Amino acid sequence: MDPPLQVTEQQFASDIHAQKGLTCASCHGGDPTKADMDAMSKAAGFRGKIDRKNVPELCGRCHSDPAFMRQYNPSLRTDQLSQYKTSVHGRLFAKGDTKVAVCIDCHGVHGLRPASDTRSSVHPLNIAQTCSRCHADANYMKGYGIPTDQFAKYGASVHHDALTVRGDLSAPTCTTCHGNHGAAPPGVDSVQNVCSKCHVFQDQMFEKSTHKAAFQSAGLPGCVVCHSNHGIAHPTDEKLGGGPQAVCMQCHTPGDFCDQQRAAMLNGLKKLDDAVQAADKVLSVAESSGMEVSQARLDQDQARDALTKARVTIHSFKPALVEQDVQEGVKIAAKNLQAGQTALSERDYRRKGLGLSLVFIFITVLGLFLYIRQLESHAPKA
Amino acid sequence: MKTEEPGRIQPLRRRMVEMLLGGGLFASIVSAIYPVLRYLVPPPVADLGGDEIVAAKVGDLKPNSSKIVRFGTRPALLLMTSEGEYRALSAVCTHLSCTVQYRNDLHQVWCACHNGMYDLNGRNISGPPPRPLEVYQVHVRGDEIVISRKREA
Amino acid sequence: MSALTRARTWLDERFHWADLVGPLKKKTVPVHRLSYWYFLGGITLFLFIIQVCTGILLLLYYRPGANEAFESVQYIMTRVQFGWLVRSIHSWAANLMILTAFAHMFSVVFLRAYRKPRELTWLSGMVLLFLALGFGFSGYLLPWNTLAFFATKVGTEITGQVPVVGRHLMIFLRGGEDVTGATLTRFFGFHVAVLPGLTTLFVLIHLALVQYFGMSVPPGVEARWKTSPQEARQMKFFPNFFLRELMAWYIALGVLGALAAILPWELGTKADPFAPAPAGIRPEWYFMFMFQTLKKIPAKLWFVDGEVVGILVFGAAGLVWMLLPFFDKAGGGRGRKFIMGAGVFALAYIIAMTFYGYAAK
Repeated sequence: MDPPLQVTEQQFASDIHAQKGLTCASCHGGDPTKADMDAMSKAAGFRGKIDRKNVPELCGRCHSDPAFMRQYNPSLRTDQLSQYKTSVHGRLFAKGDTKVAVCIDCHGVHGLRPASDTRSSVHPLNIAQTCSRCHADANYMKGYGIPTDQFAKYGASVHHDALTVRGDLSAPTCTTCHGNHGAAPPGVDSVQNVCSKCHVFQDQMFEKSTHKAAFQSAGLPGCVVCHSNHGIAHPTDEKLGGGPQAVCMQCHTPGDFCDQQRAAMLNGLKKLDDAVQAADKVLSVAESSGMEVSQARLDQDQARDALTKARVTIHSFKPALVEQDVQEGVKIAAKNLQAGQTALSERDYRRKGLGLSLVFIFITVLGLFLYIRQLESHAPKA
Repeated sequence: MKTEEPGRIQPLRRRMVEMLLGGGLFASIVSAIYPVLRYLVPPPVADLGGDEIVAAKVGDLKPNSSKIVRFGTRPALLLMTSEGEYRALSAVCTHLSCTVQYRNDLHQVWCACHNGMYDLNGRNISGPPPRPLEVYQVHVRGDEIVISRKREA
Repeated sequence: MSALTRARTWLDERFHWADLVGPLKKKTVPVHRLSYWYFLGGITLFLFIIQVCTGILLLLYYRPGANEAFESVQYIMTRVQFGWLVRSIHSWAANLMILTAFAHMFSVVFLRAYRKPRELTWLSGMVLLFLALGFGFSGYLLPWNTLAFFATKVGTEITGQVPVVGRHLMIFLRGGEDVTGATLTRFFGFHVAVLPGLTTLFVLIHLALVQYFGMSVPPGVEARWKTSPQEARQMKFFPNFFLRELMAWYIALGVLGALAAILPWELGTKADPFAPAPAGIRPEWYFMFMFQTLKKIPAKLWFVDGEVVGILVFGAAGLVWMLLPFFDKAGGGRGRKFIMGAGVFALAYIIAMTFYGYAAK
């Protein structure tokens, strides 16, 4: 093939459009029935290499036409182009900026695969990588006035971990919170809505808490203030503490009423955490001594669930509610600790029983020994 | 020590050794028989907790309500639909193993952890859960509601 | 007339009881420096009796079947009164029995008790050893826990490598292509019916032969007694040796009880056929030396599969070992030396490869 051409027939064969029966001419125009250079006739509508500024409209020719798309996949959406126009990319594009993403930047152009294909650049596992091609490039993003550390931060986050390590495809990636075709950062007022799609309970509690009104009047974006947006780390109880990871003390004054409430909640969590660990320790000892404590081990899951629940209840910022969950968990952990201790005392009982029977056996053996000696001392062996 | 004629051991010594031996034999045999006898008496709880449990009694559940019970080593959800039919599902969410609950306002099974939803046949219909909940069989035996699992080969 | 004498007369009138019991009363056991080794066979028998008793007790509560086996063993360990004791004794006695069986076998080799006329005693003993190993292999699977499941998988897989009959043998053992609940059922049948029946038969044969030929005396002692007959010493079996044997059995019982209470046998986790094999799968210690050997053989030797070579070598070694007594008279003193050498090599190899297998993990 001639050097200027960037794609071979083989490469295009993997494209979903090729598999559905489209050809080069479907997008590039021209007359496929003619041979050689005659095929690329302007009269037949040959467009040559498609200019970037024409790409969205070109793709939209088919993909915004429901009647046309119905013959290929009736459930495929056809509003991508109109959504795109509302996005930050689309709006800048309309003003003439050709650096922003157009369809082919994210989807690819000649080896395009559906989003459900793991090799696709827009498969959930690959989306962050695709966005980062521009958004992590400081040089490319110069002049747009937004940071370029999102990809790096996301890569260290717990959501990224869930997606790539645990393989949980429901975990959020860039498009989950920002939208895909209508991509735009959620406004300060709507961040909470985005997070609440999955983190329902935290949202409900926060809504009813004192912080809701306070944040709103201060123009602060809900969840992000304490948890950050891209680099969301796995939260620890340290967030409630007084150390470098503490979030409450970023706003509140040490010693004031809120500080005391914070300390109360932290103490509750610590109490439950300690109770769970204490029970675990005893159960471990019992287990390694050979005692059967699988039921108590299982019930520890319930105690741990209570701890998780208490940590969610933090978002109500009401120590009384947190304490309720803590108490529930402490009760269960105490029961399991008891089970472990019972197992240990049963073990000791068994060892005492063994000791006793060993004494009897020893007596018998001694008796036999003396009897034999006696038997053989006065009668010569046969 | 007195010198003995061969054939004559002090009767007292002999008796003591015999008693020691006899006593030891008796005690050791008893300490062996005792556990065996205790073992032969079946424990009060005959249920292995493996494949089948009595989850509730008829009348415990009202229509459109549910109960969490222990089934083997994991929790199970027994519910009665609004039409009065019993269903039993595994209560372990297939997303991150939280315990699910029956929502009588939605008539669906819900997981509080990440808003996962399942229908009354256990199918995962919305949210993160990747797989349906395991479905168990429910039978009414007399006045007992029994939940059971299918048996393996 | 005392009750005992009356009973004896009653039996004698019908079964010539006195004639039956007479030889037993006259039975003697040679007494020499190495007499203590005579206890090993009896202890193995004692442990077998323990196994039968605890096995029957376990049968009262155990349920074979992939969905119930693990839970039933858990039930025995936690709910049944002294169930933990019965089960732990059963598991420990199994291992001790195999240990004493091996020790008994090696003592017979080194004390040369296999010599004519006791060749058949040796052969029946070897059969008993294989039956014991079969007991161990089949019994190990019965709790249906993860370790046992995968150990059985690996073990039967190796059986499948035997040339010609291997695959059929493997399918026969497994009750199918894979290890499933069907394998459990089959192993249960072997463990509680087939193997006990065969073992009882061979134990009776073995004991009858031992009775018939009397206790063998090591050649060195034999020679000394020939030159100075006054040094020869014998002990009556009843009551002298019997009482000593009873002492040994009681000590063994004490050891068993201590092990069961201080180092109880663990339950593990229920087998999940669909889960991947956990790291560190290994067979029970008495198979370890074979397992480790097979692991160390390179994948291919000339054109033959390494594992097949290993199996064939072990098969040949086993056959030679079974026929050991028949080499004794071969080539003047050379046969004897060969047997001694083979004995030392086998013992050293088994011990070394067993330790190696555990150290390598």
